[in-house]
Amino acid sequence: MPTASSSSWSCWRCGTGMGPGPGGLWGCAGGVRAAARPFLMDVLFQGQEEEEDILCAGRACSRLFGALLERRELFVGPLPPEEASLAGEHSAEDKYKIWMRHRYKECVDCLAELMAHEAFQVKELSLCTLMKFVELEARYPLIKVEWKGSLTFPRDLLKVVVDGLLPLNEDASLLISRFQEYMEYDDIRYFVIRAVTESIGQVMQKTKERPLPFYQQNVFSLISPINMPNKESDMVKFLVKQDNWEELKVSKLQAHKQAFEKMWLSFLKHKLPTGLYKKVLVILHDSILPYMNEPTLMIDFLTLAYGIGGAISLLALNGLFILIHQHNLEYPDFYKKLYSLLDPSVYHVKYRARFFHLLDLFLSSSHLPAYLVAAFIKRLSRLALTAPPEALLMVIPFICNLFRRHPSCKVLVHRPNGPEDISEDPYIMEEEEPSKSRALESSLWEIQTLQSHYHPEVAKAAAILNQSLSEMEDDISGLLELSAYELFDKEVKKKVTDVPLEFEQVRGLFGKKNDVFAEHFSLD
Amino acid sequence: MGKASKRKRKVSGPSTAKGPVKSAMAMVKSNPFEVKVNRQKFNILGRKTKNDVGLPGVSRSKAIKKRTQTLLKEYKEREKTNVFKDKRFGEYNTKISPEEKMIRRFTLERQQNYGKKSIYNLNEDEELTHYGQSLAEIEKLNDIVDSDSDTEERGTLSAELTSAHFGGGGGLLRKKAPSGQQDEEEEKPKSRKELIEEMIAKSKQEKQERQTRRESALELTEKLDKDWKEIQTLIAHKTPKSERKDKEVEKPKPDEYDMIVRELGFEMKAKPSERLKTEEELAKEEQARLQKLEADRLRRMRGIDEQENKKKPSHVSADDLADGFILDKDDRHLLSYKDGKINIENEEEEEKQDEEEDGKEDDENEEESEEESNEDEEDVAADSHSDLESDLESEEEAAGNTEQKKHKTNENESQNVEELDPKTEAAKSELPYIFAVPESYETFKSLLAGRTIEQQLIIVERIQKCNHPSLAVGNKAKLEKLFGFLLEYIGELAILDLPELRTIDRLVMPLYNLCQMFPEAASDSIKFILRDAAHDMEEVIEVRGRATFPGLDMLIYLKITSLLFPTSDFWHPVVTPAFMYMSQLLTKCRITSLQDVIKGLFICCLFLEYVSLSRRFVPELINFLLGVLHISLPKKQAQGYTVVHPFTPAGKNSELLFVCDKKDLESWQKEKLPLSIVNKLKETSRTEMNHIRLSCLALCFDLIKKCTALYESLPSFHEIMHPVRILLTQHVPVNEYPEKLQEWYHSALKELESKVKHYTPLICEKRKPVPLKQYTPKIMKVLEFGRKQGGSKQEQERKQLIHKHKRELKGAIREIRKDNQFLARMQLSEIMERDAARKRKVKELLGSLSTQEGEWKALKRKKGKN
Repeated sequence: MPTASSSSWSCWRCGTGMGPGPGGLWGCAGGVRAAARPFLMDVLFQGQEEEEDILCAGRACSRLFGALLERRELFVGPLPPEEASLAGEHSAEDKYKIWMRHRYKECVDCLAELMAHEAFQVKELSLCTLMKFVELEARYPLIKVEWKGSLTFPRDLLKVVVDGLLPLNEDASLLISRFQEYMEYDDIRYFVIRAVTESIGQVMQKTKERPLPFYQQNVFSLISPINMPNKESDMVKFLVKQDNWEELKVSKLQAHKQAFEKMWLSFLKHKLPTGLYKKVLVILHDSILPYMNEPTLMIDFLTLAYGIGGAISLLALNGLFILIHQHNLEYPDFYKKLYSLLDPSVYHVKYRARFFHLLDLFLSSSHLPAYLVAAFIKRLSRLALTAPPEALLMVIPFICNLFRRHPSCKVLVHRPNGPEDISEDPYIMEEEEPSKSRALESSLWEIQTLQSHYHPEVAKAAAILNQSLSEMEDDISGLLELSAYELFDKEVKKKVTDVPLEFEQVRGLFGKKNDVFAEHFSLD
Repeated sequence: MGKASKRKRKVSGPSTAKGPVKSAMAMVKSNPFEVKVNRQKFNILGRKTKNDVGLPGVSRSKAIKKRTQTLLKEYKEREKTNVFKDKRFGEYNTKISPEEKMIRRFTLERQQNYGKKSIYNLNEDEELTHYGQSLAEIEKLNDIVDSDSDTEERGTLSAELTSAHFGGGGGLLRKKAPSGQQDEEEEKPKSRKELIEEMIAKSKQEKQERQTRRESALELTEKLDKDWKEIQTLIAHKTPKSERKDKEVEKPKPDEYDMIVRELGFEMKAKPSERLKTEEELAKEEQARLQKLEADRLRRMRGIDEQENKKKPSHVSADDLADGFILDKDDRHLLSYKDGKINIENEEEEEKQDEEEDGKEDDENEEESEEESNEDEEDVAADSHSDLESDLESEEEAAGNTEQKKHKTNENESQNVEELDPKTEAAKSELPYIFAVPESYETFKSLLAGRTIEQQLIIVERIQKCNHPSLAVGNKAKLEKLFGFLLEYIGELAILDLPELRTIDRLVMPLYNLCQMFPEAASDSIKFILRDAAHDMEEVIEVRGRATFPGLDMLIYLKITSLLFPTSDFWHPVVTPAFMYMSQLLTKCRITSLQDVIKGLFICCLFLEYVSLSRRFVPELINFLLGVLHISLPKKQAQGYTVVHPFTPAGKNSELLFVCDKKDLESWQKEKLPLSIVNKLKETSRTEMNHIRLSCLALCFDLIKKCTALYESLPSFHEIMHPVRILLTQHVPVNEYPEKLQEWYHSALKELESKVKHYTPLICEKRKPVPLKQYTPKIMKVLEFGRKQGGSKQEQERKQLIHKHKRELKGAIREIRKDNQFLARMQLSEIMERDAARKRKVKELLGSLSTQEGEWKALKRKKGKN
């Protein structure tokens, strides 16, 4: 039908031509009604068309079906098959509605497909259109209300959107960030959470244990910014409120929490790529655990992560701490494990501040046995022999604090009646068990070594241990985040009155006596 | 109407009220009964008393008045919402004088009434006036008095007239006085400033006048001199023969002896100089000087009593004017007398000489020698020059022959100071002898562009000499700039594809000299470079999460830092930041190529050099060497060590230094690593690359050996070296290495194994016994009376603020209390008034009732009677 298609064409091409007014719409809708296969669908379906055309078609669809939804001109209830309904004994009005509903379904299908289009604009448009449909469907439900408590929220449509947001082999973080604005609605969030849980179940089932980095990354970027409400009274922003609102689960914080918990558990049940592990662990303690009904359910995940070693273990420590501290978790050999976490990389990793903050917390109890603290002190200072100055400036006061808390460890720095000469350090670095490391028999020669560190502040800090310590603990919170650049900056900015000079006359670039450079480098 | 009348009342109100109040105040002040004196029991010296005299009555009444104006108003209007708005023009504007206010109001009123009130009323024209009187009025001719003869003033006397006639002369005076006052007022506001300015101007003018006078006098004298000379010549021409003859007659021929005596007398006195020192003495002196400097260095290294000795750096004399003018010699002079006068001139002369000698003794020698014998010089110079050239060529061959090199460099130095090189004579003739210090780096660069190394050196040296700070005032700043330019130039030379390291090598000398002259400026510019580099690195880390090694220029700068400043100090304004920067380089920079390894090793060498005297512990150095060893191994063995940050146990670059080619292994010879490959790795064959790798490895072994020697005294030496030792003994495939490399390896291992383990338990320093508290009074200096002593500045400030706050709080509470009292009083009086009114009314009613009653009774009685 050339006339129909041309009329609709002009409508959506010019965009503004078809206002929301009934006349224009009717004309347009009439045109569409007459067409067996609307031109719009063609454009949307084929996909090879110009991007611009797709965009325009999408916009037109959005308006058209939006208006139809608002006018309730789409068939409500379970949809009969198209042919049957056309042939069957429905009234003409019903037939039109059924037919229109089929077109609507087609449109939704195409939009869902378009969410995998390569152009971001198209993706964004289809996302927005679908979300608009979700909103309208929620307001003018297409599901028949059979009994009073039934839920009319378009869950299936939202599931389609969520599936579109979580492609298997593509990073969709941009689209997901666009989607975040909808997540502020409490009901949408709730249903998205449930849809994600469902999606994870379906997708990961298929792949078994093989991790899907893109998919998991997408899921993470979708669910990590979720802002759960703290109190029931905070839940005020809903897209729609049904009449029987109070009875529905959506209105209950408890249900939200449950869904949230279920989603995370199903997400973390599967093996994660290392980078993702770290990201999850970083946010675990303040945006996941507090919103779970049963935080202890995380214990499996955390113990697993803690066992992995390296930076992941360090990060898992935070979540474990919360569980131990607030939820009565019993973790056997916790300190032994903590002790074995200390390796040279501790001073070099990015999460140093967080780790030492926690370590400080763990070792703050004055009821710890002396051998344990001594082992920690000894190990920390042994590792400090490879640490950069910014870490040293933090760890030396840390060790001093440990001495203050546990005066019985002071033998490490003060052993007046000990043997004169020892040929070997009694401390055994390789020993995993702190009680067998013989730390209490040793002395802190490492800190003595650090007294001749090249950085003046470090040398001064280390020299404090020579004297007896003061009573007050040092505050190390400011030192935890110290960076090398800050240190450098502090040094450079110091005001100087006079600058000592080298008195040895220069004889060239490598002209010094016994110059190492002259031996190994040439000026070519 | 009502409003208008209110307004009027208001306007007139305050003006009438003010007068009496003021006078009352004056009365009160003079009234001794109103004044309350706070008698002080003791007179305390230095205490300022603020509130010794008060006027309680006045202040109370003032307070009450204020409250009635504000609080009471508020109280009375507490339930009223409508507000009275005063729209009178400028009513509360104190800046406008009342006259002007009135005028403005008048004009406003006129403006308001200007338009016709009704357009149909044609008659309502503007009133015509004559002498301010309506013409219509005049036309009515109701002015009857006009015909009277003597009353032009119409019975009213003008103010002037009255004042002139009856003012008793005071009027005139009064009139004058204000005008005078006005003048004064005009002057007053600017008086102080203007006075000073005037004074300055005056003195300037005087100065100028004096100068002109002096100049004119000078001119006159000159003129006189000239005239005199002209005349003299005339006289001289005229008189000589006759007079001379006379003189000859008069004067007997001077004696030979006399002549000699005279000559000797006029001859420049030989300055008393120190006797030539023997070589031994010279050596001793030098030794003593070095010892002193060394002792200084040691003190700084330990970082003790920095504060104490801060004031006397070894090389700056106490009389230093901080003009960057340094004397190597002791420039104190013995007080000497000459003919009963203090020998000052002599000193000055000496000083001048010193200046010339300073920093360029060689130069003088050379000048002298120049005068003496050119030929000799030429020979020598030629010799040395040829020597130099051969030196350049032979330098690569002679490896490790440091003594020879030292000798040569010495010669180089003397040679480059000697400008009279005949070979370069021709080229030099083009060089101007006087250079101004270039203003910008571009001009500096263009000066040096296209010159040979020698010429560049000469140019720099001449710039330095021509602009010695003792020659002109601004030279110091200029030369300080020169240091920055030189540094920049060196950096630019270093980052060329083919770095001109030879030039840099030579340019270091003037750099050193400049640094000796201007330590502050030099340290500032090097610090600036360091800060820039560190900042750049930080930015890169923030953006990309990792850093890359800097170019050769930074490496050279770091090396230069070690040449210019003592690296052994406990803390040094330049060296400590350099340490920090190098540490960051070794820990933050990713190692992705062979060049990175070389740069890293270069920095390791730098670290080693920096701490060679102070023997400070550098963990980064050991970590890096361990990492370098690690990347030279094939990755399959189990490890007994851990590598830290820039290196990873396994990964892309973990076999960067691994060499497995047998042939390359065999053909390797120990060679020095040319620094130019840092900038650009030429298209080299695999073999060459492998050779470079092996050289790096050899360097690494050597560095390990040196570290071992350096750190053997550290208490946990074995723990530090433990991973290195494991790597060396268990993992390094020694047998595959060429023999030479094996030698390096073994020497390193031997050094490492030879150290014995030795631990002594730590013992804390004994705490000083805390002295018992004494009860003798603590005597403190009182710097300022009335102020609380003790505490730091911050503490004092805090105390002051607390004090202020307390006072304010007290004041506020008192005010509030008084407000409440006032209000209560008001309320009470209100209640009383109300009660009184009620009582009165009740009384009235009762009275009237009783009279009624009485009347009624009387009536009744009457009726009864009747």
